[in-house]
Amino acid sequence: MGAQQKTTVHFPMRARPAKPKARVRAASVLQVRDLIVEIPTRRGVLRPVDGVSLDIAAGEVLGVVGESGAGKSMMGSAVIGLFDPPTHIASGAIRLAGQRLDLMRPEQLREIRGRRIGMVFQDPLTSLNPLIRVGDQLTETIRSNLGVPRREAEERALAALLEVGIPGAEDRLRSYPHEFSGGMRQRVVIALALCAEPKLVIADEPTTALDVSVQAQIIALLKRLCRERGTAVMLITHDMGVIAEAADRVAVMYAGRLAEIGPVADVVGRPAHPYTEGLMASTPMATAPGKRLAQIPGAMPRLDAIPPGCAFHPRCPQAEAGCFLDPRPTIDACGGRAACWVRARERRMDRVS
Amino acid sequence: MSMTVEIRETPEPEAQAPEEPAARVEVSGLTRQFDVSKPWLNRLIEGGERAILTAVNNVSFQIPDRGVYALVGESGSGKSTIGKIAVGLLPPSSGSVKIGGTDLFRERSARRRRRARAEIQMVFQDPYASLNPRWRVGDIVAEPARTLGHRLDGGPGALLEQVGLSARDVEKFPHEFSGGQRQRICVARALSSKPKFIVCDEPTSALDVSVQAQVLNLMRDLQSDLGLTYLFISHDLSVVRYMADRIGVLYLGALMEEAPRDTLFATPRHPYTRMLLDAAPRLDAFGREVPPPKGEIPDPINPPKGCPFNPRCPLAVDRCREERPVMRMAGSTRVACHAVEEGRS
Repeated sequence: MGAQQKTTVHFPMRARPAKPKARVRAASVLQVRDLIVEIPTRRGVLRPVDGVSLDIAAGEVLGVVGESGAGKSMMGSAVIGLFDPPTHIASGAIRLAGQRLDLMRPEQLREIRGRRIGMVFQDPLTSLNPLIRVGDQLTETIRSNLGVPRREAEERALAALLEVGIPGAEDRLRSYPHEFSGGMRQRVVIALALCAEPKLVIADEPTTALDVSVQAQIIALLKRLCRERGTAVMLITHDMGVIAEAADRVAVMYAGRLAEIGPVADVVGRPAHPYTEGLMASTPMATAPGKRLAQIPGAMPRLDAIPPGCAFHPRCPQAEAGCFLDPRPTIDACGGRAACWVRARERRMDRVS
Repeated sequence: MSMTVEIRETPEPEAQAPEEPAARVEVSGLTRQFDVSKPWLNRLIEGGERAILTAVNNVSFQIPDRGVYALVGESGSGKSTIGKIAVGLLPPSSGSVKIGGTDLFRERSARRRRRARAEIQMVFQDPYASLNPRWRVGDIVAEPARTLGHRLDGGPGALLEQVGLSARDVEKFPHEFSGGQRQRICVARALSSKPKFIVCDEPTSALDVSVQAQVLNLMRDLQSDLGLTYLFISHDLSVVRYMADRIGVLYLGALMEEAPRDTLFATPRHPYTRMLLDAAPRLDAFGREVPPPKGEIPDPINPPKGCPFNPRCPLAVDRCREERPVMRMAGSTRVACHAVEEGRS
């Protein structure tokens, strides 16, 4: 494995280089390095996030996929520092535009959340205060984050609602959250997340509770707004279809670790990691009608029983002897876009021949 | 092409093409309304009107023996209500459900009614809520058979093995299983009374993709091995495409279009079906920049006049806003749309 010379993690730029305005790649807005999140329990320390490194550039949508328990939401929470003790960041670094978030005190993080990082969660009702009119929630957020006078904040609130496409925005400012439909509520939450012009938006399953047609609307909206403003987006979801549609790059997580990361067309179209391959093959979308769905045997290991070596090896159809043993594969060590010894060996063979 | 397709009125509700095999399940003119008005005293004091929600509006379809019929629709389209009526959990406001020729709700003979009901089982969406946490898995699985007085060949262990679990799992409790395994237990329970017809209401919506594939494969295998008839309810077009022979598309409680699987996906006729297919995420859709569908599902208490889809429909004309379209045959598709009928699509 020492054959690989990559010392810095290098990610290909954007999935779609043929963008109207091919921006010069700015420094990453978000940089996560070797992040480890730990939960001490009576029966040992669990690691829901284990050694994850990734970057998101300005205006880029990074999709984070994985099945439940893969640690994708935990990673989102780590970035915004929303942990309940005893869960904590054990090691690694999180930088937002060069600033270390993981070393900040809670008061400092409060300043960052909302102003520099916007959040959109699955259930819009939990993000909105049911007792306060939508307009007042927006105005208050804008005033506290941007420190502008009330008048201006109100104008901005209206502009924000218009921008996310809420019909009759002027009247809707006086409505309460329960008076909106699910899709409209999620639009309000997006308006709220973006109104302070954050550098980064973390969207955790933003469309899971919505219908297909509304889901398409919300994805299009999120994509458009973030591209226009150059906001970086971490889109956390379990839905490969949503990822294929919305993301520029994709990070696939398994058992708290990064299995694969790369441009969306590569990861979805030509998956490198056997887990991604299995995941793609088992989606009914990728299966021709009448054909059997490919299935990955077994289930994701529990956090207290993660096998040594590659965490996927007990379910992996391509596993080799080396996969069962430590050290476990990492993207860095394997040199490609997948954390897989088999792929790393194949690449070495190619190079030799 | 649509100009040349001969369109004729379907003689509702019975009379299908003669070569059609005998229907295991026959749903005709099914309507279900819910009274969602405020309590009587509030109405008296505040002067509110009675509010009636029509969850299912005149839905008719048939499922042939050993067929898999899928109902797709967004939330509020009435698909779960139809499922509940089909197993007898809810009575219809009007219309009928016939299982093997016996009307589930109007059959006079108690014996025949009981026999028809014994042929039905259901698998629910949430495998966490549909298993009693205090019962051992063996008891859960054996219960339908015990209730109906059937003998369980090989005991509950054999059933568990049939769905890919271990016979030793009978002693365990539901909390010891993962979501996918629980759904397998639900399937085993449904099989225990040897049903002919199973209603599956979003059976894999709560599961992860790789586990969903396992459960869908299992359900397909059981369907062909045991000769089961399924009514498969889902909001996920890709799942439905995998499971069903024939698909009905629901919108605001009414059937918009019904077609064999491949026909529906190859040539969707109804504008709503097309919108659904366009909006569904696709794996090869990187950077797809299509305008997303407009509008949302209207309030079902005050549905639009005429065709329920007319406010969002790109083809809507005055007739669509006035007159409710009825289901008509167009090729192998049944579709309720004025535009298709007039060849405007």
